[in-house]
Amino acid sequence: MPTYTYMTRCDGCGECVDICPSDIMHIDPIHRRSYNIEPNFCWECYACVKACPQHAIDVRGYADFAPLGARVRVRREEARGTISWKIRYRDGRLKEFTFPIRTTPWGSIKPPADYAPADADALVSPLLAHEPDALMVAALPMLPPLESEQVTP
Amino acid sequence: MSLFSSRKTRVVDTDILVIGGGFGGCGATYESRYWGRNLKITLVEKANIERSGAVAHGLSAINCYMGMRWGENQPEDFVRYARGDLMGLVREDLIFDIARHVDSTVHKFEEWGLPIMLNPETGRYQREGKWQIMIHGESYKPIIAEAARKSASEVFNRIMVTHLLMDKTHPSRVAGAVGFSVRDRHFYVFRAKAVIVAAGGASHIFRPRSIGEGVGRTWYAPWSSASAYGLVLHAGARMIQMENRIVLARFKDGYGPVGAWFLLLKAYATNAYGVNYEAARLDEIKALVGHYAETTPIPTCLRNHAMLQEIKAGNGPIYMHTQEVLDSRAKEEIGWEDFLDMTVGQAVVWASQNIDPKEKPSELITSEPYVMGSHATCSGAWASGPEDCAPADYQWGYNRMTTVEGLFGAGDTIGGSAHKFSSGSFTEGRLAGKAAIRYVMDLKGEPPQVDETQIKLLEKTIFKPLENYAVGRNEIVAGSVAPSYLTPLQGLQRLEKLMDEYAGGISTFYVTSEPMLKRGLELLTLLREDLDHLGAEDIHQLQRAWELQHRVWTAEAVLRHTLYRQETRWPGYYYRGDFPKLDDGGWHVFTASQYDAKTGEWHMSKLPVHHIIA
Repeated sequence: MPTYTYMTRCDGCGECVDICPSDIMHIDPIHRRSYNIEPNFCWECYACVKACPQHAIDVRGYADFAPLGARVRVRREEARGTISWKIRYRDGRLKEFTFPIRTTPWGSIKPPADYAPADADALVSPLLAHEPDALMVAALPMLPPLESEQVTP
Repeated sequence: MSLFSSRKTRVVDTDILVIGGGFGGCGATYESRYWGRNLKITLVEKANIERSGAVAHGLSAINCYMGMRWGENQPEDFVRYARGDLMGLVREDLIFDIARHVDSTVHKFEEWGLPIMLNPETGRYQREGKWQIMIHGESYKPIIAEAARKSASEVFNRIMVTHLLMDKTHPSRVAGAVGFSVRDRHFYVFRAKAVIVAAGGASHIFRPRSIGEGVGRTWYAPWSSASAYGLVLHAGARMIQMENRIVLARFKDGYGPVGAWFLLLKAYATNAYGVNYEAARLDEIKALVGHYAETTPIPTCLRNHAMLQEIKAGNGPIYMHTQEVLDSRAKEEIGWEDFLDMTVGQAVVWASQNIDPKEKPSELITSEPYVMGSHATCSGAWASGPEDCAPADYQWGYNRMTTVEGLFGAGDTIGGSAHKFSSGSFTEGRLAGKAAIRYVMDLKGEPPQVDETQIKLLEKTIFKPLENYAVGRNEIVAGSVAPSYLTPLQGLQRLEKLMDEYAGGISTFYVTSEPMLKRGLELLTLLREDLDHLGAEDIHQLQRAWELQHRVWTAEAVLRHTLYRQETRWPGYYYRGDFPKLDDGGWHVFTASQYDAKTGEWHMSKLPVHHIIA
């Protein structure tokens, strides 16, 4: 289901160009609006559809296996922490779903450098950052020292 | 004056260079910062880390979580599971290492804001299966990217890294990397003390089932362009198990995930006549692979094998009976979210073909093959294992360091350690990040020196497709057919066709043999020569040109490893028609290769598989 852009909704802001993982949303130099330059490299990931402030980007199912007429529309609301889907079938049936996307405010992750620095011993131990606490068990599991290397599975 | 004189060279000096901002790279960046407070940590990504890598789309489950705090599983159990699934051949030290750390990663994800579903009865994470937990993962990648952004000294988006740089005075040591920006179009030189390659595995090495515009709908992302392997193998790193490509049984055409359907919703699959073919074919599978057929759960490749035999027998389509299990709104939501979080295209298939999963079953099929190191497969670089538990011949330095000094890897890059998935790849990035910091702090004497002559030469090579096009385009009136150059897409299609036909793709039902592989290598050699004549009409096509180069280098490794292993170890992934059975006597080993960039020669060998967990 490669993407396409509606001529009358796109204002050429370039959010889709900025986010596309495949680098296939480009601005058309004549119309100054975005379009999908390589539908055959589109993974239908919806990153551009979700990012478009004008809701100007939609998808049409891949021509080689998807009959015409279906629509899968989405509204991703970061402030509310939800994503809502509206799925319209070729025969007109409708399904709607809303799911959570994040439980904390955007931008709230504590940077690793804001934690108290680990001591020099910790650097040579097998422990990673925040361990063992973050494991929520008493200690990092270890294996007994190797004796016989070859054990039949 | 050169045709492209406005191009500048931008030099970036850094202590740690992380290549690839997916889960492996984000983990590496986070952990590097935690241990290396005053060091410069640089993350470079060919797209935008906000939505890049295999999880750009989102995910509906975390497939690697022990649940040690509730006593659900122990790391040893996970090693046994991954070993069984890969038909006995894995790096148990690497898998144990990921499994013992992965819970701390997942707990951090939850703290950062990833919504993990809870089981209302137990209050624990909602299990999908023994190892998997269910998430509302539409924003999984943006959340993880936020943590990486807050850790890196600088993030460079939209830079395609093409080559690693080697130390001028110490040729087996890495010194950085080069590439170009698809935005400012400049040439970038990164000079680094340590490099962590966390780039992606390979889609589009084999011809996809889809055609025309639909070829974007591969199971693995089309932007997973084999840079995980292309970069490190060209630097001379030893690679293992490159023949161990993966084939996925998924919903047909949309390639929607099946895990939640099978494991959580308990849907089942049958052939077109309603027969549970997997059970019916068990004896036949046993004759092929012996006791491995008795592994629980039955290995991924063997399940594929059973499905393939059914389709060959004319008993298809294969159906997943979704209609039998969606008996409540809650279950319907789980089923749909499974797709909407990570494979919206499957929802479009249902909507466009008028399939309501509550009413009708859906077709399953096996995909084209992929080369990767993080799913139920383990191609990748040979890496030094954890100091405390790796056998002596599995360690020669720092954890997750390849055989090239100072060159680390994570995620798809590292071989032998299957079933990492998202959480395990992030965890492996953390392991590599911490080890790379130790390496940099321990560095004695002169830091790595880049070779200016090598850089000049690489710059010329990297931008040559633009020149090829500019010159060759003048010969023709219009269109895509020119006598002097190939477009990246034309080259990619040649690669996909030859790998499909000679190396065990869908057109031969995944069967190959020595004569076919040798013919495939001949054709690949010609393709490699033609890569000097790629023509790129703009900077975007130049990215496609270098993605193709990485795919072709990787495909050669796949061909050579497949030729080297004279057995059929993973029926259902691929078959050696000339060696149709599993052969533990000769091949209970890793296949290894080392490419010599100076001579162009490949050195193949066997490496021992040590079983450190009973």
